[in-house]
Amino acid sequence: MKVVLENLTKIFPNRNRKIKTEVVAVDDFTFEIPDGTLVGLLGPSGCGKSTTLNLISGLEKPTRGKVFFGDTDVTDLEPEDRGVGLVFQNYALYPHLTVRNNIMFPLKNFRGDKKLTKDVMEKKVLEAAKLVQIDTLMDRKPGELSGGQQQRVAIARALVKEPKVLLLDEPLSNLDARLRLQTREEIRRIQRETKVTTIFVTHDQEEAMSISDIIVVMKEGVVHQIGKPQDVYDDPKNLFVAKFLGTPPINVFKGNVRDGMICIGGKPVLKAEKTDDCEVFVGIRPEGFIVDENGKLELNLKGLEVMGRDTTIVSTHEASENVEIRSIVSAETTITAGKEKVKFSLKPMKTFIFNSETGERIYFGSQVRKEYGKK
Amino acid sequence: MKKNNLKGWLYLLPAIIFLAAFMIYPLVDVFIYSFEEEYNFASQTHTGIGTYNYSYVLHDTYFLQALKNTFILVIITVPLSTITSLLIAMALSSIKKLRQLFQTVFFLPYVTNTLAVGLVFMILFKKTAYSDGMINMLINLFGGESVDFIDGPYWAKMLVLCIYTVWIVMPFKILILTGALASVKDDLYKAAKIDSTPKWRVFTRITLPMISPMIFYLVITGFIGAFKAYSDAVALFGTDLNVAGMNTIVGYIYDMLYGNSGGYPSYASAAALILFVIVLTITCINLMVSRKSVVKV
Repeated sequence: MKVVLENLTKIFPNRNRKIKTEVVAVDDFTFEIPDGTLVGLLGPSGCGKSTTLNLISGLEKPTRGKVFFGDTDVTDLEPEDRGVGLVFQNYALYPHLTVRNNIMFPLKNFRGDKKLTKDVMEKKVLEAAKLVQIDTLMDRKPGELSGGQQQRVAIARALVKEPKVLLLDEPLSNLDARLRLQTREEIRRIQRETKVTTIFVTHDQEEAMSISDIIVVMKEGVVHQIGKPQDVYDDPKNLFVAKFLGTPPINVFKGNVRDGMICIGGKPVLKAEKTDDCEVFVGIRPEGFIVDENGKLELNLKGLEVMGRDTTIVSTHEASENVEIRSIVSAETTITAGKEKVKFSLKPMKTFIFNSETGERIYFGSQVRKEYGKK
Repeated sequence: MKKNNLKGWLYLLPAIIFLAAFMIYPLVDVFIYSFEEEYNFASQTHTGIGTYNYSYVLHDTYFLQALKNTFILVIITVPLSTITSLLIAMALSSIKKLRQLFQTVFFLPYVTNTLAVGLVFMILFKKTAYSDGMINMLINLFGGESVDFIDGPYWAKMLVLCIYTVWIVMPFKILILTGALASVKDDLYKAAKIDSTPKWRVFTRITLPMISPMIFYLVITGFIGAFKAYSDAVALFGTDLNVAGMNTIVGYIYDMLYGNSGGYPSYASAAALILFVIVLTITCINLMVSRKSVVKV
């Protein structure tokens, strides 16, 4: 089932009634989610991603705009009539019911001709439990389960009624780092197996990048960029998106464009043909640096972090916006320790320039804008 | 470890001393009184040890009347007040506007003096030479006959006592239940909503189990409170409860000690112990039931 959001807008009045200002949680969000994809809504906290999820589930009603499931307009439908599965951030399992009864709960709500017999219910519950691999814990109560297991129960409960859309609100935030890695693969696997259109919310870019088919980057209610994770990473539309994606984060310098050259700290570092002179932020991905004796960018070497597979060079520069500049180079690169300066040349496809006022990307050289949905 | 133990006892000492002096000693004393036959306060003498006091009390028609009254009161008011309070608490939780106001209104009886409330009930229900009272006016309005609720037939008096008791115990229950309802996580309701759970099922499968510990707390304390009822009856029917036929067990004990027929500490002690056994039994049954049906999280 594809999900279509059309000019979706949600405005909350201020909690303090004396203050007349409103909070625009979601601002004019238009997007078509293809059937069977896993979409990650990504953004810092308070960016409106959970509100978007609530608008899709029906727990919140939009101020403007419409939500379609397939071709059906569900904007005015109550959540119970939408047929969505929702996994809450804290799982919201019924603490007094066993795992089996928790998963069975949605099935028992079916009325009329959809009503199931006890045997069918048992079978469906077991199927769902097997899918998330908790079929050995059926008679435990949620309090006797670990965080990861509770999470699986919550997913099973959401899946058992075969929802048209599966929604996950920060599904991994309550898990420890190791379990998070494991569970996100698990979510991916379950989504592939069930082929249900899945939308999940996260503030962790790594999480979103690693499992999503499509990511939506949001900030303050506004959608900044939509695209395949790799495309968004390779081709950020603005400074915010560039900064938000990637670990270690992108290195940002204050700079300018002069006579077709990008300059950092007044020194030209990279060609940028046919670009007008202006003040810019220069963003360079950590993997965009090449150690080069004749390189034009000179940084103050601070130290090396040897990982074995690759080496991170930590350095500083007076025009840098980050405290430390991290550049990842291959482990074979030899840098003599004790040297004070290190010179780099830059990969043009890993170097982005942004308008210093608007933060909008300025394309230069052979960089081309990749629009999502356009081949 | 041992030193710690000693310290622990030392900290407990003040409480233990008070409990021993004001709870345990009197309890033992009452127990002894109840078996001392024909005890005399003035001379501090008794004629023998035996179960005569119990036999007397259990054959006393006044006691049996008090026992019957108390049981009727308990059986009617405890469930009725708990259910009504739950309904009111749920209504309170579901409104947004004027919630504070209504909460205050519903809590008012709790801070009002029992005897003052009794006076108000007298005005509402009493039939005098000058007026039939508010309630009778209402009954007349709907074409009914006036009833004297305060000095009239037994059922009428019992009805007033029950209404009075329910009314006076409800504020506390509403307070506790509103708190319990507020403590149920909103996410559970949202999850149920997403799963298209019918309202009734949300109530029986989520709300009730989640607040069941509080409900049982109220039922248990409600039972104990109702068994110890006395001031309510006095507020409505005056101190001569035996004559009014509206005595309660505690009222009977009081009468035996200080009433017109007073001066019988042995009978009073025996009645007190009988009450104690009844309350203990009912509480044990309650706890047994609650162990089975109260949700442990």
